[in-house]
Amino acid sequence: MADKMSIILFSGTMDKLLPVGVLASGGVAMGMDVEIFATFWGLQALTKGAAQQPPRMSKDFEDMAPMMMQLMQEKNVPSFLDTLKTAKELGNVRVLACSMTMDLMDLTKEDFVDIVDDVVGVGEFVDSARDAKITLFI
Amino acid sequence: MPEEVEANVTVDARGSFCPGPLMELIRAIREGEVGDVIAVLSNDTGSRRDIPLWIEKAGHELIGIFDKEDHARFLVKKLK
Repeated sequence: MADKMSIILFSGTMDKLLPVGVLASGGVAMGMDVEIFATFWGLQALTKGAAQQPPRMSKDFEDMAPMMMQLMQEKNVPSFLDTLKTAKELGNVRVLACSMTMDLMDLTKEDFVDIVDDVVGVGEFVDSARDAKITLFI
Repeated sequence: MPEEVEANVTVDARGSFCPGPLMELIRAIREGEVGDVIAVLSNDTGSRRDIPLWIEKAGHELIGIFDKEDHARFLVKKLK
């Protein structure tokens, strides 16, 4: 069985989403299974609605957002979703939606972009993350 | 000094950032035949270390890294 990287994706701003895509790619490249538990703002960022909105930037880096957006556009940096899609095509990446967030925000599986694989509760995620070699909360 | 050879497939990943070139190489290796030589063109700094590391882990052969004016050309042979 391959080593596992478990990522808890809590944040929904670009400065946090991008590294999740990059780290998941790194995991895939190094032959790891990658599991992403998307919860709260992280899950909200995976809705079809959010995908159509301009990316949000964390308040901490608000002043740098225009510069960052310009650089990313100029240098053709792929979006978080595109990076994650590539990682999924090339390896074993599972994106799990947090059932509690879905109940709270009245979301159904149909509300998500097609990157979400399954809906799980925190117990199941923790049980699965138990044997991960790398665990990240982002 | 390794010999720079012709590639069966060239992946032009210039302008793509880490981990873009590596991921493109992985895709090209997957789609190629055993024995194919794949060239990756990259000007991403991370590639320099990530690509050789991946090749070693994945069990392929790094023929060499050849420096060009504004990028590096990584030559990889698919071994399995």
